[in-house]
Amino acid sequence: MDSRLQANTSPTVPGTPDPLATIDSVIVAMRSLPGALLPMLHGIQDVLGHVPGAAVPRLAEALNLSQAEVHGVLSFYHDFRTVPPGRHILRLCRAEACQAMGCDALETHLQKRHGLTFHETATDGSVTLEPVYCMGNCACAPSVMVDGEVRGRVTAGKLDQWVQQWRANAGGNP
Amino acid sequence: MSVTVYVPNDSAAIGIGANATAQAISKMAAERGIPIRVIRNGSRGLFWLEPFVEVVTSEGRIGYGPVEAQDVPSLFDARFLDGGPHRLRIGRPESIPYLAQQERLTFSRVGITDPLSIPDYEAHGGGRGLRVALQAPPADLVEEITKSGLRGRGGAAFPAGIKWKTVMNARAEQKYIVCNADEGDSGTFSDRMILEGDPFVLIEGMVIAGLAVGATEGYIYLRSEYPHAWVILLAAIQKAQDAGYLGSNILGSGRRFELHVRRGAGAYICGEETAMLESLEGKRGMVRPKPPIPALFGLWGRPTLIHNVMTLAAVPVIVDKGGAFYAGFGAGRSRGTLPFQLAGNIKRGGLVEKSFGVTLREMLYDFGGGSASGRPIRAVQVGGPLGAYLPESKFDTSLDYEAFSASGGMVGHGGIVVFDDTVDMARMARYAMEFCAIESCGKCTPCRIGSTRGVEVIDRVIQGRQRTENLTLLRDLCDTLSSASLCAMGGLTPSPVLSALTHFPEDFQRPPALAPGGRASRTIRRH
Ligand code: FES
Repeated sequence: MDSRLQANTSPTVPGTPDPLATIDSVIVAMRSLPGALLPMLHGIQDVLGHVPGAAVPRLAEALNLSQAEVHGVLSFYHDFRTVPPGRHILRLCRAEACQAMGCDALETHLQKRHGLTFHETATDGSVTLEPVYCMGNCACAPSVMVDGEVRGRVTAGKLDQWVQQWRANAGGNP
Repeated sequence: MSVTVYVPNDSAAIGIGANATAQAISKMAAERGIPIRVIRNGSRGLFWLEPFVEVVTSEGRIGYGPVEAQDVPSLFDARFLDGGPHRLRIGRPESIPYLAQQERLTFSRVGITDPLSIPDYEAHGGGRGLRVALQAPPADLVEEITKSGLRGRGGAAFPAGIKWKTVMNARAEQKYIVCNADEGDSGTFSDRMILEGDPFVLIEGMVIAGLAVGATEGYIYLRSEYPHAWVILLAAIQKAQDAGYLGSNILGSGRRFELHVRRGAGAYICGEETAMLESLEGKRGMVRPKPPIPALFGLWGRPTLIHNVMTLAAVPVIVDKGGAFYAGFGAGRSRGTLPFQLAGNIKRGGLVEKSFGVTLREMLYDFGGGSASGRPIRAVQVGGPLGAYLPESKFDTSLDYEAFSASGGMVGHGGIVVFDDTVDMARMARYAMEFCAIESCGKCTPCRIGSTRGVEVIDRVIQGRQRTENLTLLRDLCDTLSSASLCAMGGLTPSPVLSALTHFPEDFQRPPALAPGGRASRTIRRH
């Protein structure tokens, strides 16, 4: 087993790790893995919350690829972000089982009530809203993932609680 | 002596409070000075009862559910640790009809054992298949798989025995077993439940496959949307390594098998086997043209046996009990069982492992209990986002590969997503096109461009603009998609679209004012 892959899977941003040092240490740790580019991109995003532009030339050099190739992979996969997300990440499932239980209404609610739209971060930096297409929680729909944890049978009221709490915390912590 | 209490560690159970329930039970037991041992099992798959708590009593295990943290004090007051009466008391899990009427071969241990205990695994029949396999000539193992009639559970239903034979006979220094755990089909969660609830069965299946075809390395490609399964799987691989199920000397036999896990990155197309190989190699998940087939030219160009989680997890029981035993279940050319998943607007959603041949109606009403909303069930999508939408008139179709496809459906991975009569099928058709546009790998034009055009055309239909012309155009587009796409993504997207159009034409003729206008203007964004 590759114990080097046992990275933190939570997408929250811890502290302020140094981006370049993080990138380099991930590269060193995973250099010998076959097909290392995806594990490295995950490794960087696990720590930094996104993959900064500075990672591209470094990854290209380490893996003997062109920068265009690295960029091609980075932009192909929905998971990878190239800009820092908000302090919390809310992923709302848009797939069929969740639609059957009203996820569209939740999407509209987040937009109308909280001004949150997919792929955008709230202006106060409190939360980023992302779509996700099934988390295997389809018997307890509608589903969301809050900072990496699945929540089932979600209601508009529950969303209000979370968003308000994040907003309140954002006040003193810009 | 301490009482043993089971609280599921399945992510869906946690998503509705299982961790809080487990903590409340431990805390209250400590406060009351009662020694207990809490085991975090997988889920039995009865999600309307989750968090489902089980207590080991002198009469066997007694279940209570759904148990929220706030119910815990009253459960202690009712002496639930002795199986005492309480409004949440369900009784013996095995006697719940939903479970009693299943045929659990692949899921035989899920919800019963501690997913990370090898002794528990072996006490419940785990590891026997591997011990048989270590004594058997590879050709005999392939023969058993062929005899079992096992077919690929990921959707394509290709006979597993043929694949095994091809890889076994391929000559190469290195061969691979690749497990496709990119369970991307919405409405499906059986892979996730195995990964979280009985990961050793998958590991054992992969090792057996390796012994049979002569592969010494395996990869599991796990979707990133399953972070909890990732953590459990890594822990399970470590335990399997320690117990000698993996490594350079499997159970003292001198045989070798190494297992690695890779995380996907949120691309549905990577569930397609050649796109998954590209992704494992660290590239964009672009579909490869076939031939060459992956069995001969797969991961890093080597012969590769690729199977879905459910296919590999069925291997240990087949090798342990024999191909004939497994083939004794099923209907027609669909042998064995399929873990079906009931999801969406359904009263009793969950995991139902049954022989092929059960009808959709039995699933929806006998197991599922009808819709969650109490309204009539109007449409059902079987087999993931590329599966057809079926109306009530098709509910008596037998769920086996041949009968189901004869009636225009696709069993696929066994996901059954239920919609009540409030569904707008024009909108679901639009979503199918939108999903294809978002998830297309972009390699072939029909899929990449055709799907975007499809969204625009359906938008015009919804808005009431030149409906007849646009519906003709939509059918033409579907023709192109199904005949000229490189893989199933574009090739099967017409299936939900055309089935919606065929079975629910009235939804495409609604007055524009009632059509959901706001949503029609959503632009497609890949990121
Ligand atoms: S469809 Fe939303 S979790 Fe599966």
